[in-house]
Amino acid sequence: MNKGPLLFLGIFLALAFSWTGIVLTNHLTVGRIGTYVDADTGTAFPQAVPGLARRGKLVYQELGCIYCHTQQVRRPGFGADDLRGWGERQSVPRDYVQQERLLLGTMRTGPDLMNVGARPLNADWHYKHLLDPQLTSPGSIMPPFAFLFETRKIVGQPSPKAIQGLPPQYAPPPGHEVVPSHRAEALVAYLMSLKHEFDYPESIPVNVSGGK
Amino acid sequence: MSSADSSLAASLKPGPAEATAERALLSEIDVSTRRPVFFFLCAALVWLLAGTAFALIASFKLHNPAFLGQAEWLTFGNVRTAHLNSVVYGWATNAAFAVAIWLMARLSRAQLRHLGILDVAGLFWNVGVAIGVVGILRGDSTSIEWLEFPAYATPVLFVAYALIGLWAIITFRFRQPGHVYVSQWYLLAALFWFPWLYSIAQIMLVFAPARGAVQPLVNWWFAHNVLGLWFTPIGLASIYYFLPKVLGKPIHSYYLSALGFWSLALFYNWAGVHHLIGGPEPAWVITAGIVASLLMVIPVVATGINHHVTMVGSFGRLKDSPTLRFIVFGGVSYTLTSLIGSAMAVRSFNELAHFTHFTVAHAHHGLYAFFTMVMFGAIYYMMPRLTGREWPSAPLISVHFWFCAVGITIYVVGLKIGGLIQGWEMIATTTDPQTGEVALRVPLFLDIVKHTLPYLVSRSLAGVMITIGHLAFAVHFVWMLLQPRAVAGTQPVRLSPDAALPASRA
Repeated sequence: MNKGPLLFLGIFLALAFSWTGIVLTNHLTVGRIGTYVDADTGTAFPQAVPGLARRGKLVYQELGCIYCHTQQVRRPGFGADDLRGWGERQSVPRDYVQQERLLLGTMRTGPDLMNVGARPLNADWHYKHLLDPQLTSPGSIMPPFAFLFETRKIVGQPSPKAIQGLPPQYAPPPGHEVVPSHRAEALVAYLMSLKHEFDYPESIPVNVSGGK
Repeated sequence: MSSADSSLAASLKPGPAEATAERALLSEIDVSTRRPVFFFLCAALVWLLAGTAFALIASFKLHNPAFLGQAEWLTFGNVRTAHLNSVVYGWATNAAFAVAIWLMARLSRAQLRHLGILDVAGLFWNVGVAIGVVGILRGDSTSIEWLEFPAYATPVLFVAYALIGLWAIITFRFRQPGHVYVSQWYLLAALFWFPWLYSIAQIMLVFAPARGAVQPLVNWWFAHNVLGLWFTPIGLASIYYFLPKVLGKPIHSYYLSALGFWSLALFYNWAGVHHLIGGPEPAWVITAGIVASLLMVIPVVATGINHHVTMVGSFGRLKDSPTLRFIVFGGVSYTLTSLIGSAMAVRSFNELAHFTHFTVAHAHHGLYAFFTMVMFGAIYYMMPRLTGREWPSAPLISVHFWFCAVGITIYVVGLKIGGLIQGWEMIATTTDPQTGEVALRVPLFLDIVKHTLPYLVSRSLAGVMITIGHLAFAVHFVWMLLQPRAVAGTQPVRLSPDAALPASRA
């Protein structure tokens, strides 16, 4: 192989092969999938995320949550995502068409969050969990995000947003309160907005083995 | 060395007069590459130390989450990402630039020209990486794996890369007529592939994001190919050069070299989508990725056999040559990690290993045990020829080798066991014989977390060992530069003074 141009042509064609197959082909097919309009209600799914949650997604990105939490559910029978309560159906491309940036993730040091908003966890639980995960989940290795909260002096009326019922070692000094910052509020709004429960025609589980 | 080997080597080696002329020519070429290559090596070393510090912090945090927990800029998600990007774009890529430019000039028998442009490009690359890493710590990460540098850092990186790659390709263009060696194929390919991958990924993910599920496909097409089409070819080019160079005998088979190169070029670039098995992507793409991942066995086995047979009969040389020791460790790791990687793409095994620490261990097996170790070996060979000084201390090389080799072995083995436990507990189920109801064996997620803790601690231990190895290397590097330059006729440093040195090295 002493001919430079021939060598270069081979090198070019090799990567052109997967660039065409993986990138271009899917850009022209999967990239054209749009929302699905439900015939009964006339609503388009997936629905756009409200404003505060949108800002919360940026906080999620800033803090690198993606490195321990996925947002993709594997189909029942492949893994055990359904049994863990992470979602009853597999995630499909259409679930993501409203998202400007996809946060699929590849690591489950923590649980999947594709449908965390559908779980019976209220904002108070999320705030405490973010303040220090040991409050709600003893033994967790999630880092504390206390820097998303502010301990401040109560002036006049206590804030309705103040975190209530903190155990003594976390409780603020007398006359003070712990309040979530705007970023914490946005992040919790984002987490609570995460749910993909609508069944698209393509997302209904298929029994591959054939028997029923 | 057996007599058969020495006669074979002798029959293929030029006579003494030609050898002297050859050495003088190479020496002139080395001198022409000195400034940029030396700059890239120094930058690589700085980033290696920074990346190691970030790695240790991240590793400690994973079993002790309160450690440095108050500082937002050091939260796990930031510091882990700063680690990845400083070792990938800081350490590994700077080292790859140094090796690629030096090898390309030597193999093309061409002096490097117009160094000023290369200097500027090198400076810009490192400024870009620094801006990117600071951006990540500030919370400006894009949250796209392997592409976390904020958009304000990446254009300068692309331009810098394009210039550096272009310079190596121009050097190739001005080569002396004759045989193009296998290392040059790999270098050319890598230098052409990376900017293609990087520019497409930046455009389709950051500047004009593609819609929906196309993004992860582009993401993993890029991220896996950074390893497969950038670091792997540079690593293999180095092995193909230094192995025969140190041993003083030719590579076993030209045809295995060609088979290895073209099958890697053809299959590796499809393999990346195996990171999305079980994900929201068309089944045919995933299946194609799995097939390509399994076909990767062909180049890996061909290259492995080629290197191994070249090495046969010369294993005694591992005792005295630092370069050979690191290169052989890297070569063996390449074969192992690639075969395990192919297995990880099989759906049934992927179901278990995906989303676990097993993948993290695998990534370090490839980028550290293979690529980083090969780069260390290359640096031990290049530095004396660039600076005219010998490495002052054999014991420090031994400390560097053993702490890194044992450290990464503990890292990979420990974390893979932890990953398997994590993966099994995540998916294992039992079926009630009466009701037929399927239930999880380990229903509480927190129990799985607790069971992986010992392996996360073993990773920190391994990290401390690797850090000691890196510090030994850094101290030795600086010590070497502080020494006076040897006048002429230096003896290469040997790890074992009793081992016989063949005439070819004297």
